[in-house]
Amino acid sequence: MSPTLLAEIYVFALAVFVGFEVISKVPVVLHTPLMSGTNAIHGIVMLGGVLVLATADSSLLAALGFLAVVFGAMNLFGGFVVTDRMLEMFKKKPHVKR
Amino acid sequence: MESTGALSTLFHLSYLVSAILFIVGLKFLSSPAKARRGNQLAALGMTVAGITTLASLWAPGAQLHNHGLILIAIAIGAVLGTWGARRVRMTDMPQMVAWLNGCGGVAAALISTAEFLQASARGHTPDATTVASTMFGTIIGSISFTGSLVAFGKLQGIISERAITSTFQKILNGVLFVAILALVSAIALGGGAPPFYALLGVSLVFGVLMVIPIGGADMPVVISLLNSFTGLAVAATGFVLANNALIISGTLVGASGTLLTMLMCKAMNRPLTNVLFAGVGGGAPATGGGGPGAAAAKPIRDIGVEDAAVLLSNVQSVIIVPGYGMAVAQAQHAARELADMLAKRGVAVKYAIHPVAGRMPGHMNVLLAEANVPYDQLFDLEQINADFEHNDVALVVGANDVVNPAARHDKQSPIYGMPILDVDRSRHIIIIKRSLKPGFAGIDNELYYDPKTMMLFGDAKAVLSKLVEEMKRAA
Repeated sequence: MSPTLLAEIYVFALAVFVGFEVISKVPVVLHTPLMSGTNAIHGIVMLGGVLVLATADSSLLAALGFLAVVFGAMNLFGGFVVTDRMLEMFKKKPHVKR
Repeated sequence: MESTGALSTLFHLSYLVSAILFIVGLKFLSSPAKARRGNQLAALGMTVAGITTLASLWAPGAQLHNHGLILIAIAIGAVLGTWGARRVRMTDMPQMVAWLNGCGGVAAALISTAEFLQASARGHTPDATTVASTMFGTIIGSISFTGSLVAFGKLQGIISERAITSTFQKILNGVLFVAILALVSAIALGGGAPPFYALLGVSLVFGVLMVIPIGGADMPVVISLLNSFTGLAVAATGFVLANNALIISGTLVGASGTLLTMLMCKAMNRPLTNVLFAGVGGGAPATGGGGPGAAAAKPIRDIGVEDAAVLLSNVQSVIIVPGYGMAVAQAQHAARELADMLAKRGVAVKYAIHPVAGRMPGHMNVLLAEANVPYDQLFDLEQINADFEHNDVALVVGANDVVNPAARHDKQSPIYGMPILDVDRSRHIIIIKRSLKPGFAGIDNELYYDPKTMMLFGDAKAVLSKLVEEMKRAA
């Protein structure tokens, strides 16, 4: 096993635990925004598409990479905007009290 | 990617910065006060990662191409994504998340396919890591893609919300599963591109068949599960491309998404396997086709808007129980108006939010927040259930399964064991509903036939507005 792969497996294993720990105490109110927020974070897949497109040496590979970037970018940008719109509503607004 | 030493270190450190921003962002996202900042931090982390990757393309000596195409593709996706996300209505958020998740899934599948083809085309057999990761990314990414599309279709009403199950479909699922295993073995033994294409195709079909038999009520859980799938598929592409930023982000989402899925199942008191395979919501509706007259067999009590207005304004306490019907009718503003009206008359108003009311956990909170309902009037199931006993009127607006007492005592009921709001313990119950049609679970609700229950038939928004008018007139 190459040292690079070994390091990647370390990163993977630790990220699993961080992922579990970091959201273990989330109120139900925030479940939808949290789902949407994590959805935006996997939009990073766009960068994977960029790397494919940058190294593509045939038009088929370039087409696959291009599509991956378009879909990934939709996921990324759409995800963050949607989450922000949801959370914008959670800020406490001054309410007229009796 | 092979940049010179110092630059390469800089790139790795930037990825580390973005990973830290993601983690802090996620942490903040689980606290109401900091959630918005959390999302912004995650977006900042994404910006850092994006700039780093683009910089690596233009780095001196990076023998890479298609720079123009990359920028064009990013621009197209960014414009489409941002435009759609700005335009979508709050009530349609669940579909939107499903669609965006599908986008991520298909991107991961495309990347995995491209990398496998590229590795194979270079003449030598791809190494084990590449083969394993590309297969994993393709299978999981494809399932997430078509599964999300079906979930989108079900929520949007394009595909039947009912759980579509048949013996044929179960057998087909089994066959496809075996086919995936066979293709995986063929590819691992060096089968090359043809079985890989077949794997892509079979996985896409499998995603459809996995979600089709699941009822509309369970879509939130499905979307959450597919969200974590996409995360894992993205992590797999990280292994293929030897990119730590992708591995960390994908894994974070995979792990937190799995946890979130389990939390949602817990809220419904059903194991995940039951959600995925039981086909809840497939049965024929217990009452006829719906409509106020359809359930003539069992006696129900009708109430008019005028009488309801009088009753509501002459009590001490009202608990509003919103459900998906309120979301569809866009009635959250009308509900708040009514609550304000009642508050002016000295009626204590609270909202009872069931964890799975609406189509996503927290969906109701989002909608009510949109209508400026103050936080301190919203109560969780555990916080409010004891209050129903001393409550005068429970006003159920388009909620159904989450207030069905059958969940407490009817062992035959598909929702048996699900924690419900004990609405039936209030002195009076008013249910605003379009018809007696059953909810997503496809079962009749005995609450409608409770002697304390009064049915107020009509569109939630129209009825609530009329109630408000009626009260204004009486004032």
